[in-house]
Amino acid sequence: MIPATFEYVRAKSVREAVSLLQQHGGRAKLLAGGHSLLPLMKLRLSQPEVLIDLGPVEELRGVREEGSSVVIGAMTTHDELASSPLVRERVPLLAECAAQIGDVQVRNRGTLGGSLAHADPAADYPAAVLVLDAQMECEGPAGARTVPVSQWFVDMLTTALRPDEVLCRVRVPAQTRGQGWSYTKLPHPASGYSLLGVACLLSVDGGTVREARVAITGVGPKALRLPKVEQALAGKPADEASFAEAAKLASDGLDATDDLYASAEYKRHLAAVYTKRGLLRALERVRQ
Amino acid sequence: MNVTVTVNGVRYSRDVEPRTLLVYFLREHLGLTGTHVGCDTSTCGACTVLLNGKAVKSCTVLAVQAEGAQITTVEGLAQGDRLHPIQQAFWDEHGLQCGFCTPGMMLAAVDLLQRNPNPTEEQIRHALEGNLCRCTGYQHIVNAVQAAARAMSAAVGAPSGGE
Amino acid sequence: MAVTQVFGARVRRREDPRLIRGTATYTDDLTLHGLCHAVFVRSPHAHARIRRIDTSRAKSAPGVVAVLTGADLEGKVNSIPCGWQVPNCDLKTPPHPPLARDKVRYVGDAVAVVVAESRAQAHDAAAAVEVDYEVLPAVVDMEAALRSATLVHDDVPQNRVLLWSVKGGDFEAAAREPGVRVVRQRLVNQRLIPNAMEPRAAVAHYNPGSGELTLWVTSQNPHIARVILSGVLGLPEHKLRVIAPEVGGGFGSKIPVYPEEAVVSHLAVRLGRPVKWVESRRENYLGTIHGRDHVTDAEMAVRPDGTVTGLRVRTLANFGAYLSTAAPAIPTILYGLVLSGPYRIPNIDCEVTGVFTNTTPTDAYRGAGRPEATYVLERMMDLAARELGLDPAEIRRRNLIPKDQFPYTVATGITYDSGDYARALDRALELFDYRRARADQEAARRQGRYLGIGLSTYVEICGAGPSKVVGSTGFSGGLWESAVVRFSPTGKVTVFTGTSPHGQGEETTFAQIVAQELGVPLDDVEVLHGDTDSILMGWGTYGSRTTPVGGTAVYLAAQKVKEKAARIAAHQLEVSADDLVFENGRFHVRGAPDRGMTIQEVSLQAYLAWNLPEGMEPGLEGQANWDPSNFVFPFGTHVCLVEVDPETGQVRILRYVAVDDCGRVINPLIVDGQVHGGIVQGVAQALWEFAQYDQAGNLLTGTMSDYAVPKAAWFPKFECDRTETPTPVNPLGVKGVGETGTIAATPCVVNAVMDALSPFGVRHVDMPLLPERVWRAIRQSKGGSAA
Repeated sequence: MIPATFEYVRAKSVREAVSLLQQHGGRAKLLAGGHSLLPLMKLRLSQPEVLIDLGPVEELRGVREEGSSVVIGAMTTHDELASSPLVRERVPLLAECAAQIGDVQVRNRGTLGGSLAHADPAADYPAAVLVLDAQMECEGPAGARTVPVSQWFVDMLTTALRPDEVLCRVRVPAQTRGQGWSYTKLPHPASGYSLLGVACLLSVDGGTVREARVAITGVGPKALRLPKVEQALAGKPADEASFAEAAKLASDGLDATDDLYASAEYKRHLAAVYTKRGLLRALERVRQ
Repeated sequence: MNVTVTVNGVRYSRDVEPRTLLVYFLREHLGLTGTHVGCDTSTCGACTVLLNGKAVKSCTVLAVQAEGAQITTVEGLAQGDRLHPIQQAFWDEHGLQCGFCTPGMMLAAVDLLQRNPNPTEEQIRHALEGNLCRCTGYQHIVNAVQAAARAMSAAVGAPSGGE
Repeated sequence: MAVTQVFGARVRRREDPRLIRGTATYTDDLTLHGLCHAVFVRSPHAHARIRRIDTSRAKSAPGVVAVLTGADLEGKVNSIPCGWQVPNCDLKTPPHPPLARDKVRYVGDAVAVVVAESRAQAHDAAAAVEVDYEVLPAVVDMEAALRSATLVHDDVPQNRVLLWSVKGGDFEAAAREPGVRVVRQRLVNQRLIPNAMEPRAAVAHYNPGSGELTLWVTSQNPHIARVILSGVLGLPEHKLRVIAPEVGGGFGSKIPVYPEEAVVSHLAVRLGRPVKWVESRRENYLGTIHGRDHVTDAEMAVRPDGTVTGLRVRTLANFGAYLSTAAPAIPTILYGLVLSGPYRIPNIDCEVTGVFTNTTPTDAYRGAGRPEATYVLERMMDLAARELGLDPAEIRRRNLIPKDQFPYTVATGITYDSGDYARALDRALELFDYRRARADQEAARRQGRYLGIGLSTYVEICGAGPSKVVGSTGFSGGLWESAVVRFSPTGKVTVFTGTSPHGQGEETTFAQIVAQELGVPLDDVEVLHGDTDSILMGWGTYGSRTTPVGGTAVYLAAQKVKEKAARIAAHQLEVSADDLVFENGRFHVRGAPDRGMTIQEVSLQAYLAWNLPEGMEPGLEGQANWDPSNFVFPFGTHVCLVEVDPETGQVRILRYVAVDDCGRVINPLIVDGQVHGGIVQGVAQALWEFAQYDQAGNLLTGTMSDYAVPKAAWFPKFECDRTETPTPVNPLGVKGVGETGTIAATPCVVNAVMDALSPFGVRHVDMPLLPERVWRAIRQSKGGSAA
């Protein structure tokens, strides 16, 4: 299938991309790795009049450490993230998540920023960045601003990014020593997207859960933290019994959508199972 | 819009519509029809090529995005009469039947072997998840990738498919 | 020169070099001067009346050459006919217009075609064709369609395509026998999408000077396409050349002759320019045939000792919106006649109701009827075993046809050629280490792990077939096969076969047959296929017929060459042909090995024609047409081990053992490949694949990112072995092997999962066994608390 016609412009800097966005108004879309946008354009479900390619923008690339955070350029591919020694050392949860996205070819092209800006409800990153308390650094005509991830995902395919802004970097606080982590996913058997994905971060003190952070993606219109599960775990023994008990709360009132391969009811059931399993996997890593 | 790329070591410069997908650029503008189109949804992997050494689905890249890039297609794997070890292995191990998925499958395997010269069966099966084959049941493909890995590590200095 | 044994050797494929170098020519790879591109406009509604089609905007779009609707084809392109009109079943054959006229009958039904200078322009203009539809209620579900006032075709009451039956013995009487138990189950064999990796495509070129039309098309049977298209287009057959170039898989989906192929051919004539059409995958899901889609109520009568005495099935078969080329044969003769499987079942009663619905037409998909029959039979065997508390291997063993009873005629009236079914079963159980696996299963259950072991013993009918027999079943053709084996003056050999392989490897196996028979090097043999101009006649590649029928024709043609060569050699060596010995490609005088000539030398002499026997024509070639006396019947046993995660319902295959018997094996490497591919397709039906419509007739699994074509990581390494029971039907002793894996694997895996779920009291779950279905079955079962 072939996309409808469009005008193509390359941005060489974020500033230029922002000014192009202003110039073209709502007719333009930003092109990052293209792995969300191009498939839609091929089916003509999306027909932007102008594509602004961020490919040449060097400042959007690369991963670096800044204090206790890792700062990741929005154009960093899933594969670069999954194989970056810095990411694997400082935010291994994000590396584990990136390694489970799509397939090799998708990971070679798809980007962190593209995925987070597109906000597909079945994307993997949202669960991971939610538990990591990432900060989204955007730039628009009025300058730079930072959006905490808790305010980023507004609804299905909708984020806090403004139409004339570019998501430039994602600032991720490094995981702390001794913290366990996991990203556990049930992939859609055809598309590879998440029917359900659970991210966990677990801190344990002398056999007791000090802090647990759990987020889920894929089940409903947008990814969510699971505060009831997190609260139920705090101060509890770090063992299977309390994980199982707390994980049951993952299903509570969870806004799930029906899918051909998994009904809302089944997804709610799996939310508890995957939460328990994710916590157990995280606990193994605490012990390692 | 002008696009200049190097495909299989040859530099090409062509004027194309921006909406031209890389796969159609290769097939229709350069006449390199070894790269196939098997789906519309970036699923099947039949269109896989190496873009700057990495496997990508050329149906999900605009030709204009490849400006300045080095591309390897199936036609660029062999050195004259000498087959690339992955081609030789697919032949020896009966890693193909109808052959339609084969170019993409081999290039995905080359990407894998560049990263991991000695993959386990499980790693191979996992690395091929972006490539569908309807004929072989994958077993002979897995055997072929294993055989290619052996051949490539045995023959140090054997040509790599990447560049 | 010594020639090694090539028949039975693991020879690398001769078709591979062009495929691995990317230099093969598939239909979409062709380009011609002046080529323009066609795109079809398709109905978004499952059932609607076409009020008006406005093509004006499309016609004025950039690059547009032509825009046609059904009205423009009136009197020029005829209805697409059905090629297998099964008799005695009240078959309805409503017309199938190449572009819908008054009504559309499924989502994807083509209503217009746009031709433009480029593919992209054609797509753009297609989006500008405006069609005004009056949407009608759609019938999707078969049972509802039989009762509905909505008719897919106005002249087909109750939407009933056919009512077919076969009966042997007396099921009622068997069921009434004292002590006999009747096991009952409703079984859904879901609709599947074939998914050949190469979508369909066609390129047509017309030469107004010669009046010749050439069509390159993704076909499994170009000669059949020529016969049918000649009628559809009103072109004399000798002015129509159909070429199947490299074809990227078919699995049955490239057997039918489709509307697009007729329309593209017509366009080339009408526009005086070559026209190409390439299907998108989305179109492939909508416009290329689907497979399976049965609902069956089955009853099996079984004595307390496990002897199966009867089987009764009532099957609904979904035909979709139109009658595809071979569709009527699939759920009837290719299904009902094989319901006895490898067992002695004296009483069989099968009735099939075919139904039109507002869905994509169905036709042959790998196995075509035989997987559906085997699924019914093998599920019922397991349910009967469970009813009686018998081991599934044991109930099978007690009912297998013994090896000394061949040829064996089953209750449905067909006669099996040869077999040693128990040997394949024994070998599979041995390879699987069945007793130990059962013990491991017990131990695992005690640890809360749910392992399941599944079996399927099957027999397949293939190698179609005796033309007389298929003719009596309504096939509008013969199913014999042609071959020419031709030497060139320099001693190289070209083989022409009427089969049309598209991945099965007969360029290699046929070369092996010829190399073996004529003692020439394998590399000196070229096998050509797929061109109606160079090949006398052919009926194509499907139904695992290529090697048993086409290969036999090649073998016989080679014999004719050998006979003629012997006469030439005898003449030149001045001995009687009876005094010659043919060894390793050389004739020599018996007792005098030095006095001889090679077959290449004979070939040169045959073409020079300086010194041939009196009255002999020059040249060296043999031509043979082989019409077999019977079908062939491969068989085997598959066993697998699965594990079910009771918390999520996920199924993992831990081991898969396949023992198949396809008679004599020409190339073990290729046979293994066929078996592996078949298993994957069969397992995929059991666990993942399904085509799903909503009530309005929209295909919900409409793209490859919705429909789960299986991936490499979902399978373990298969453990394959063979037994070899030659068939007496052909001189090679070969049976087919292209479909065995698909036939055996589906029930094998479902039986294994049901075995794993038996502690929960789960008796049956319909396919595909998606995790959610398994989870629900566990939850709803009486033992559900165990999870």
